Amino acid sequence: MGTMTPNGFDLDATGQRIVVDPVCRIEGHMRCEVNVDEQGVIRNAVSTGTMWRGLEVILKGRDPRDAWAFTERICGVCTGTHALTSVRAVEDALGITIPDNANSIRNMMQLNLQIHDHVVHFYHLHALDWVNPVNALRADPKATSELQQMVSPSHPLSSPGYFRDVQNRLKKFVESGQLGLFKNGYWDSKAYLLPPEADLMATTHYLEALDLQKDIVKIHTIFGGKNPHPNWLVGGVPCPINVDGVGAVGAINMERLNYISSIIDLCTTFVQNVYIPDVIAIGGFYKGWLYGGGLSGKSVMAYGDIPENPNDFSADQLHLPRGAIINGNLNEVHDVDPRDPEQIQEFVDHSWYTYGEPGKGLHPWDGVTDPKYELGPNAKGTRTNIEELDEGAKYSWIKAPRWKGNAMEVGPLARYVVGYAKGHEDIKNQVDGLLRALDVDISALFSTLGRTAARALEAEYCTRLQRHFFDKMITNIKNGDSSTANVAKWDPKTWPKEAKGVGMTEAPRGALGHWIKIKDGRIENYQCVVPTTWNGSPRDTAGNIGAFEASLMNTPMANPEQPVEILRTLHSFDPCLACSTHVMSPDGAELTRVKVR
Amino acid sequence: MSQIETFYDVMRRQGITRRSFMKYCSLTAAALGLGPSFVPKIAHAMETKPRTPVIWVHGLECTCCSESFIRSAHPLAKDVVLSMISLDYDDTLMAAAGHQAEAALMDTIEKYKGNYILAVEGNPPLNEDGMYCIVGGKPFVEQLKMAAEHAKAIISWGACASYGCVQAAAPNPTRATPVHKVILDKPIIKVPGCPPIAEVMTGVITYMLTFDRMPELDRQGRPQMFYSQRIHDKCYRRPHFDAGQFVEHWDDENARKGYCLYKMGCKGPTTYNACSTVRWNDGVSFPIQSGHGCIGCSEDGFWDQGGFYDRLTTINQFGIEANADRVGMVAAGVTAGAVAVHAAVSALKQAQKKTQDKVEG
Repeated sequence: MGTMTPNGFDLDATGQRIVVDPVCRIEGHMRCEVNVDEQGVIRNAVSTGTMWRGLEVILKGRDPRDAWAFTERICGVCTGTHALTSVRAVEDALGITIPDNANSIRNMMQLNLQIHDHVVHFYHLHALDWVNPVNALRADPKATSELQQMVSPSHPLSSPGYFRDVQNRLKKFVESGQLGLFKNGYWDSKAYLLPPEADLMATTHYLEALDLQKDIVKIHTIFGGKNPHPNWLVGGVPCPINVDGVGAVGAINMERLNYISSIIDLCTTFVQNVYIPDVIAIGGFYKGWLYGGGLSGKSVMAYGDIPENPNDFSADQLHLPRGAIINGNLNEVHDVDPRDPEQIQEFVDHSWYTYGEPGKGLHPWDGVTDPKYELGPNAKGTRTNIEELDEGAKYSWIKAPRWKGNAMEVGPLARYVVGYAKGHEDIKNQVDGLLRALDVDISALFSTLGRTAARALEAEYCTRLQRHFFDKMITNIKNGDSSTANVAKWDPKTWPKEAKGVGMTEAPRGALGHWIKIKDGRIENYQCVVPTTWNGSPRDTAGNIGAFEASLMNTPMANPEQPVEILRTLHSFDPCLACSTHVMSPDGAELTRVKVR
Repeated sequence: MSQIETFYDVMRRQGITRRSFMKYCSLTAAALGLGPSFVPKIAHAMETKPRTPVIWVHGLECTCCSESFIRSAHPLAKDVVLSMISLDYDDTLMAAAGHQAEAALMDTIEKYKGNYILAVEGNPPLNEDGMYCIVGGKPFVEQLKMAAEHAKAIISWGACASYGCVQAAAPNPTRATPVHKVILDKPIIKVPGCPPIAEVMTGVITYMLTFDRMPELDRQGRPQMFYSQRIHDKCYRRPHFDAGQFVEHWDDENARKGYCLYKMGCKGPTTYNACSTVRWNDGVSFPIQSGHGCIGCSEDGFWDQGGFYDRLTTINQFGIEANADRVGMVAAGVTAGAVAVHAAVSALKQAQKKTQDKVEG
């Protein structure tokens, strides 16, 4: 009955079709369709990006030094990471080096984003897949207090009175009849397994995290002037350092340094006292639910990030690891080269674009994106009222990127699998410690829960790195180096007539790359391949399914009318659809204009 | 409606005394620039109002507006969502998805016809029959129109909803279109910026809840209380501009002294926003304070006004302090001219859609 995909998934689309659109609590717009068999187990999965903005064509002809601001607006959730990728791409193309302090400041900003993004993702976009706030009303505040003190003795907000206040507030909220964001949730679903006390503790932390996240980002505000969307600079960072001289109040001075240091402590404390213990506590109740592994045990990839020293991106100099694993062989970690035209390619046979001929894969240097919106013959509904998609044809605004032909998972779990396989000491210690705490073996890592846990571990690792780069910057200032920008090649007159470059980062959601071509001081071509393009990819020419789709396979649903399990697993990737669906070629605009009706 | 708790109930329940509550009301009045006579009005409103339903829809966007909103320090986003409004639909934050999410939307529209606020983040693309942004299998523009039909008022969050923002930058491949060009028969408040400042967003909402009316809007539809002055007007580096003291290169001595960023392309002199007064993230900083010029992100079409590092105009050879008057006057003349043009364009736009003018809810 079923069809076996080259990457090893048995697809059967004969059962009941379930449609989830919109998939909420994500960034951007996404649709998901699955087929379930008579037992309610998912046997076919279809993931669709449902938005497209066309940013690269907008970039064409503009000043490369401005590109960071445009690409930063690809995503306001992972704010800053596209900007960093962009300035790296431009610097790579033009041979611009950055000072040591700029490297430390950029790293602190990137790490700060990871921490903020992971915290907000876990508590505000993901927690409600595991935590039932309505069930929290039945909790005993005293028992909740005991639970809190047991899982995290250092967290000061743990008295019975504190939990009683929160519970009363929730109670009034629910009794008001205006359920707001909690309206129509799946609160009667059997998929929720936490006892009321754990639900109350986690719901309380939902609120604590909401208060705290606004403070985490202040590192961006100090270095970049605002958040979301702080300011960046080709050649370094825009904030000067002045700890001694006249006018020091107009720069990074001692007061600002102290402010940053206090925020770093705040991040560390919350992640250690609340985030990690919550993940372990919740994970403990759900460790029998180890679905959602998908590609994580087969094919994962990371570009690596957080260079110890400026201008050196060699794999052994990166704190977040680089490498690719295929066919589940953890004994061999391949290097990833973004410049090699044979490694990273994008396919569009199942995407709403055309290359003019089927089956073709293109490296981002040569990327072409002509939009072609059309539904397949087996789709139900009309072109402006889709009831069911036809995954045999084109069905998504996301392209299908492949590494040497393989569909890959990227993100915190991918980074941690690569790091673990490479014997990265910090990562290995963290993972082994977590597995011990939950009393599970390594196979548990390859799951929805593993993805969620890896993100928490990474947040903890990032808080330590944040401190490391703060100290490094202080030492550097102490040694007399206050430089933050290299302006030797700021003037376009100093640039070669033609240049091309690549910028790579690890965004919170995974491997992110920007490819730029510069001609006569202007952007000739700009391409981004982003984490959710990898994870949310549709099928490719060979029939390989993408990471979202793979992760949903073989998951039993407690009640197919209530897509809790689907949301749980999709959310574990932290999908970012505005990121994934913006790619467009220089020629696309004209084609699009023809279609104006 | 008596079972629905009021803002005052909520504050009392959280252990806030009547005395502190009244103090909060007078601080709110002061923050909004109102005299003491308004304090009882604010108190009365907070004592008697149920939470206003808000439907928050999302088009083509990057979600920076939602992210900014949850950064609000006063009031806290938590208190806005739990105690001041009832956020009945917001696909970025809501628990439900799919059919249950759509049902929440329909229920809210049906139950609160004419009484809910529609907040729009992002904008609808009109090319390809609107299918560059699909929600529930249909074009986003359909959801927008449906939600707008029975809304009491519409808030256009951020540059996308207000003006189009980055996806509408030339050549605007998807024909991304601001809200007021699609919805022509409703009062619309524009809260521009990429994103807007968090406390400006919550300030606009709490103003509407507190006074039960739209804030005073300028001719472009922006709340005057936050958008009536240029960043340059209140910039703490303004004395350096007036004195002719400028940053000449990134990280030069003048940059380290905190001189004016005008020559580095700062758009503060032509940008109307509250960055230099309210500042960002609980008042911690704003772009100029952190060493980068303003990129003008709250202005219409700011992506297409030349490079971010191009000076607003070429003024030959800035002098030292001796020439300060001349420098200041020339610059003031230029910006005044730009503003006049700006105002004329706004007036033209306004004439085309009078419905939005001077609305009082």
